[in-house]
Amino acid sequence: MVVLKAESLTIATQEDVVRVRQTTRAWAAEIGFSLVNQTKLVTAASELARNTMLYGGGGTVLLESINDSIRAGLRMTFEDEGPGIADIETALTDGYTTGGGLGLGLSGSKRLVDEFNIWSEPGRGTRITILRWR
Amino acid sequence: MERIPILRLRDCLLVTIQVDMHDQLALTLQDDLTELIVRHQARGVLIDISALEIVDSFIGRMLSNIAAMARILDAVTVVVGMRPAVAITLVELGLEMPGVRTALNVDAGMRLIERALEEERQAGHGRSKG
Ligand SMILES: Nc1ncnc2c1ncn2[C@@H]1O[C@H](COP(=O)(O)OP(=O)(O)O)[C@@H](O)[C@H]1O
Ligand SMILES: [Mg+2]
Repeated sequence: MVVLKAESLTIATQEDVVRVRQTTRAWAAEIGFSLVNQTKLVTAASELARNTMLYGGGGTVLLESINDSIRAGLRMTFEDEGPGIADIETALTDGYTTGGGLGLGLSGSKRLVDEFNIWSEPGRGTRITILRWR
Repeated sequence: MERIPILRLRDCLLVTIQVDMHDQLALTLQDDLTELIVRHQARGVLIDISALEIVDSFIGRMLSNIAAMARILDAVTVVVGMRPAVAITLVELGLEMPGVRTALNVDAGMRLIERALEEERQAGHGRSKG
């Protein structure tokens, strides 16, 4: 797998979450995703960026335009050094929230991408990688 | 403070969301609409989201909250102009917006509001106009 381009963005404020959406949109369009798949990627990115800001106390997202000889894709890694998630399986349940949200950010964004990986450790932080092929 | 403008047309409130809203801006819109429904005794709220490139769970919740609040205040909410790609994504995200009526465009949305209010009048519910 080849990384063609990479960029890291800070996620500390609500405006940063907007910027993550806009950058994701630009990258997804440049890679050649269909409009529907661009929309899915931007929506997933918005959910995860908000979680990084809100629950993770801020962090970063790394965008990577990738190629694996037969196809192109967009990979995004959201990382924070916040409180972490004690029970990942429960957090991934539709409707589960500790913040008065709809509890669809993790479960929903997982459905919107091809690959979804989550690492989290209480007291150390959370890292979520999503990938969607064109 | 930054705000989304709200127009008043007879007894309806009209909002066209034209920017990518950060979360606080969405919450402010929710509060402003609630206040204006009361102040103007509005019966209808029409929200045009045709410029919105995505609706995530936060914006979805805002739309549901506005509809619920409006309902309590005896007003009908219609969301118009949702892009097809947004609708498809919402289903996959798992987002349902209970109580939110939708229409294809502003015209159809206004007609939907008028029809809903007319039905209420005939059924003898709701406030009398005035
Ligand atoms: N980066 C994170 N750090 C710590 N906890 C998180 C993080 N992301 C998600 N969570 C936890 O997982 C729960 C579910 O998240 P999500 O599905 O996005 O729903 P919501 O944001 O509506 O609560 C959150 O309420 C929170 O407790
Ligand atoms: Mg969330």
